[in-house]
Amino acid sequence: MTTCEDPSGYKQEDEFMDILEERRRSSDLGHALRTFTPSPYRGAPPLSAGALNRMVLESQYLRYVTKEVAMETGESVDLVREEASGILDEMSQNLQLGFIRLLGFTLSKVFKRLFSHININQEGLNRLQQAIQESPVILMPNHRSYVDFLVLSYILFTYDLPIPVIAAGIPLMDMKMVGEILRRSGAFFIRRAIGSDKLYWAVLSEYVKTIVRTGYAPVEFYVEGLRSRTLKSLTPKLGMMHMVLEPFFKGEVYDITLVPISISYDRVLEESLLAHELLGVPKPRETTMGLLKARRVLEDDYGSMHVYFGMPLSVRQLTKGRVDRCEYNLLPRDLPQRPSVETQECVSWLAQQVIRVQEQSSILSPWSLMACLVLQDHQNTDPGEEQEKGLSWELLTQRTLWLKGLAISFGARLDWPEQPPENQVMASSMALHSSVIRCHQGRVTLLEEEGPVGAGPFTTEEGVVRRARAVLMVAAYRNQALHVFIRPAMVALAIHTTRSSQREDIYSYFRFLLDLFSNDFIFITGRSSQDFEEACSLLRKCGAVQTSQQEVTSPEEGQRTTSFLRALLQPFIDAYQVVFSHLCLEDVEVFTERQMVPAVRSLATKLLLSGELTSCDALSSDTQKNVLSALLRLGAVTRLRTAEHSEFRANKPAISRLADTLAGRLPVQTAPNPRL
Amino acid sequence: MASDSNSSESQRIAQQRLRIIAGHLQKHKDDDSGTIATECKAEANKGTVPRKRQEIMKWNGWGYSDSKFLFNKKGQAEFTGKRYRLSGMVLPSLQDWFENTFGASVNHKSPATPALNASAVPPASLNEAFVEDLKATGIPFSHEAEDRVFRAHGHCLHEIFALREGKKFERVPDMVVWPNCHNDVVKIVELACKHNVCLIPYGGGTSVTSALECPPEETRCIVSLDTSQMNRILWIDEKNLVAHVEAGIIGQDLERLLNESGYCTGHEPDSMEFSSLGGWVATRASGMKKNVYGNIEDLVIHLKVVTPRGVIEKSCQGPRMSTGPDIHHFILGSEGTLGVVTEVTMKIRPIPEYQKYGSVVFPNFEAGVACLREVAKQRCAPASIRLMDNEQFQFGHALKPQVSSIFTNFVEGLKKFYITKFKGFDPHQLVVATLLFEGDRERVLQHEKQVYDIAATFGGLAAGEDNGQRGYILTFVIAYLRDLGMDYYVVAESFETSVPWDSLCFSLLLSFFRVLDLCRNVKERINRECKERGVQFQPLTSCRVTQTYDAGACVYFYFAFNYRGLADPVHTYERVEHAAREEILANGGSLSHHHGVGKLRKEWMKESISSLGVGMLQSVKDYVDPDNIFGNRNLL
Repeated sequence: MTTCEDPSGYKQEDEFMDILEERRRSSDLGHALRTFTPSPYRGAPPLSAGALNRMVLESQYLRYVTKEVAMETGESVDLVREEASGILDEMSQNLQLGFIRLLGFTLSKVFKRLFSHININQEGLNRLQQAIQESPVILMPNHRSYVDFLVLSYILFTYDLPIPVIAAGIPLMDMKMVGEILRRSGAFFIRRAIGSDKLYWAVLSEYVKTIVRTGYAPVEFYVEGLRSRTLKSLTPKLGMMHMVLEPFFKGEVYDITLVPISISYDRVLEESLLAHELLGVPKPRETTMGLLKARRVLEDDYGSMHVYFGMPLSVRQLTKGRVDRCEYNLLPRDLPQRPSVETQECVSWLAQQVIRVQEQSSILSPWSLMACLVLQDHQNTDPGEEQEKGLSWELLTQRTLWLKGLAISFGARLDWPEQPPENQVMASSMALHSSVIRCHQGRVTLLEEEGPVGAGPFTTEEGVVRRARAVLMVAAYRNQALHVFIRPAMVALAIHTTRSSQREDIYSYFRFLLDLFSNDFIFITGRSSQDFEEACSLLRKCGAVQTSQQEVTSPEEGQRTTSFLRALLQPFIDAYQVVFSHLCLEDVEVFTERQMVPAVRSLATKLLLSGELTSCDALSSDTQKNVLSALLRLGAVTRLRTAEHSEFRANKPAISRLADTLAGRLPVQTAPNPRL
Repeated sequence: MASDSNSSESQRIAQQRLRIIAGHLQKHKDDDSGTIATECKAEANKGTVPRKRQEIMKWNGWGYSDSKFLFNKKGQAEFTGKRYRLSGMVLPSLQDWFENTFGASVNHKSPATPALNASAVPPASLNEAFVEDLKATGIPFSHEAEDRVFRAHGHCLHEIFALREGKKFERVPDMVVWPNCHNDVVKIVELACKHNVCLIPYGGGTSVTSALECPPEETRCIVSLDTSQMNRILWIDEKNLVAHVEAGIIGQDLERLLNESGYCTGHEPDSMEFSSLGGWVATRASGMKKNVYGNIEDLVIHLKVVTPRGVIEKSCQGPRMSTGPDIHHFILGSEGTLGVVTEVTMKIRPIPEYQKYGSVVFPNFEAGVACLREVAKQRCAPASIRLMDNEQFQFGHALKPQVSSIFTNFVEGLKKFYITKFKGFDPHQLVVATLLFEGDRERVLQHEKQVYDIAATFGGLAAGEDNGQRGYILTFVIAYLRDLGMDYYVVAESFETSVPWDSLCFSLLLSFFRVLDLCRNVKERINRECKERGVQFQPLTSCRVTQTYDAGACVYFYFAFNYRGLADPVHTYERVEHAAREEILANGGSLSHHHGVGKLRKEWMKESISSLGVGMLQSVKDYVDPDNIFGNRNLL
């Protein structure tokens, strides 16, 4: 398999092929009815969904937990067993080939309508096929759109590979019909807030573990837990990760293979919905009617979709020396056991590793690069000045081509065809996003959302939100490219902020940034010095820094690169500072998340109107929540109750220290906070 | 009839009394050390093993010089000699099996060096003062190269491989002594302490843990203390059913001599032809019939051990004592690091009236393990019950001698047809359990039915006595087969572990046992490691469950591969075995069930018994042997 050095295993010669091409040429019905005889994991016996459920219910583990729950609640064991059986009925998938065929047929139609291409790397599929036969496989795609949900099943069906069972959120199940269709296509449903429901956890984990243990089917789940509303990677959720890995830790299977999968879109179906959600407009409940109403999205063009099947990662190899499997020797394997700190760290590290691979092998569209530049220009424009609105196309072209070079030298994977000419590639990439951006008379401008027809004039605050919607929609595509630049950008920022040339100073500020922003950007724990070295070497390669044993300096001729990189981070820094200053206000003492988000939003709106703040990211609830998580993690905010609505208390001196450090007014304190 | 049996009964009682009296007399004599010393020397040695072991045993392989496998001119396998049931027989299917399994060929030979090259043996560095004092005691000793080399190794693959290749030895014992009795040992140990000489006890020489290897860093004179001449049964106590035996006796002699009096110990480790009583104690040995007779720790009633601090003994032979931690357990498994076991009082049993072999075929290994677990749960295990995996089943078949009559051939064919075609067993999946029942006839038959009934619920089919017996023969000849393999570029070794059962099965289709997972993972690990380390041919990995306990099982692995194309096959082998052991530990298996630790598995001791545990053992060692006279450096 692969080493940690190049976990993505990406080679430039990896060729993508368009699976829709074949669909446009031959019958969809023929495709749906094709003979389907995948070869499963070699140890796997044929097992029906019903038999699988029986195994779960009869497992020693569930019996044990059932008894425990009965003892604790005073209910009879039979009642608790019934409850468990109910949970399982709600949860379990019922994969049926007939439905896969039906789905195959429908998806062929839908996909052809939505996308011009669905490009997949065939080599990756070959590797996957090999891996499926050797050990239980976990498919780990990123989650950017609802479309992700079935596209893998569709591809695997097309290539005669076993259909995965997919972890899905309960809301999907509640959709009439659709829930049942999904269930029969292999989805199993997990409640959102499980909390401390012991029985639920037990049923879920035994269900997942039994699937892995028996090699029943590949398991597909989103390690990010949720759909990313910002199109950035999310902090991995580890519950599911622990469940799928435990059979390996306990020796029940020889190895488990993780297959990171990157799904990239030129344009995400839900883009405007996402921006609304970030700005506090609630997400509509997933309903079948809603889905039908959303038909009109089918009329738009969403460009291409890329699905990159990454190099299969052997859990056995990756965890070698990181996990002592002997820790499971002293308890019966059927009993619940909290994994050791060492194991938990390792699982988290594995999840980060997978996300890094997903990022590295995601495909950037030209539009993502353009979005970075459009937003930077937008930030620098004073909203008060109305003259010469927007960026000139010429300038944008010139800068984009420069950025393309930088991105490639940083190892980005671009979907930039050699033909037609670059100018046209950019134009057509931007044309997909005509709902937010337009090029008029040689100038590129963001479009504001039109108000409802007949509505009266809106307030200045409403105006900010409308502008912000467009900005956040574009920002999402900028975010797709951030993983390429983030580490070099942090080095550039460190050099700038510390105003030092000492490698040591720069590195400690770099580490401070990694730590502070680790909810917004996913870094691999314990890899900071390697990340630093790699970032420095990328910057050195493009002439943006010079390094020696002791020093890292930024020469004059590298200013273009470093200032671009710093500007890329600026919106996040601004957003963090806005939250910091909100929490340091006198009247903020004890607060809930629900109170904090609108309060920060109104503060940010005020600052935007006054021109003190230029980037709209501070309005994004995701970013705000990330700041809160970071502060919690760093101990600058403490959680008061773990009841339904957690309350928090801000440690003002600690927060203002963070704010000062971030702004470079205070040196980085390394010693006092062991978590740094 | 009645009077007949009465008279024979009274006769028997009379004889028994006589023996006991004789025992008492001897005991009295024991008190006079002057007499015993002369008696020691006077009595003729009745044991199988001469001082010059090389006269009857191979110097570079397993067992007797006259018994070996070879491929004859026709390419057919043959087992030479007259000692075993297979001796003199032709095994027509072995060649095919051998060539197909290993990708080996009878045309590619890798012959061993014909004789010991004395120049490859480092010269003896003798402690002259010790030698002088030893001479005065009259205890025989030798510093000839052959004697020293013979005691410089056990039967690990790397040891035998080095002998066959004629490799130079780094360190061998400088001399060999042959004490004749307990008092001789006392003298030797006293002299060793006086002259600071390193002693390494040597029993049957069947160690597979590098326990007999001389530590290369040892600068003192190393003396191998060969107990083989201390091989008498000193008395038999029929009232309490115990026998007092000198610890150098080897298993087959002990059993033969006890049988003459109508008794047995029932302790039958696979190495019993050569391994010694003292060795069993020192390694915590296990016999295949432990279900009836117990393992060595259950059999031992009393031990006499000579240590640098003096002789360890208990004051009585009470069957169980609550007198603090049992000091026997410092000795059991001490692997020669504390002293020499000289005399053992152990349980004996009347020879069972009736013995019956049996076998059961299961559709797959999972079903077999589930059945063994159930048998253990119902506590109705026969004297021996072993489950061989499919690889071993096929291996066993390859050892079938030429069938003499057309009829047996026909019956065999019919059986095979019934199992594979009629019952639908996959010949590449099916496994066999071999059984041995002991006791009075009626009870054996009853017991047999009980076990076969359980087996049937797991899809097992009774497969006859013959298959069962063949399984047990295999264990005695397997070590000879390794020598055959090494003649044709195949290296092989076995290792074992014990592991909890974990988890009951709820359907035959899918049962999750830790035992099963361990077997599968270890085999898989071996296969992958071999591949990664450049082994060109698919290795043979095979396992069997050899013992069942209430709470777990003992699993025994065989592992062999064709090493053509490898520069250093022994190194490759060792790395793979190391990985396999790590896999065992990670899957909840023990470091060893009965082979011991020696020097081969020392590195895992801390992990296995905790550093505090190692400290406890170390403090005993430091107290009993402060100058490290017993310096084989095993275990710790």
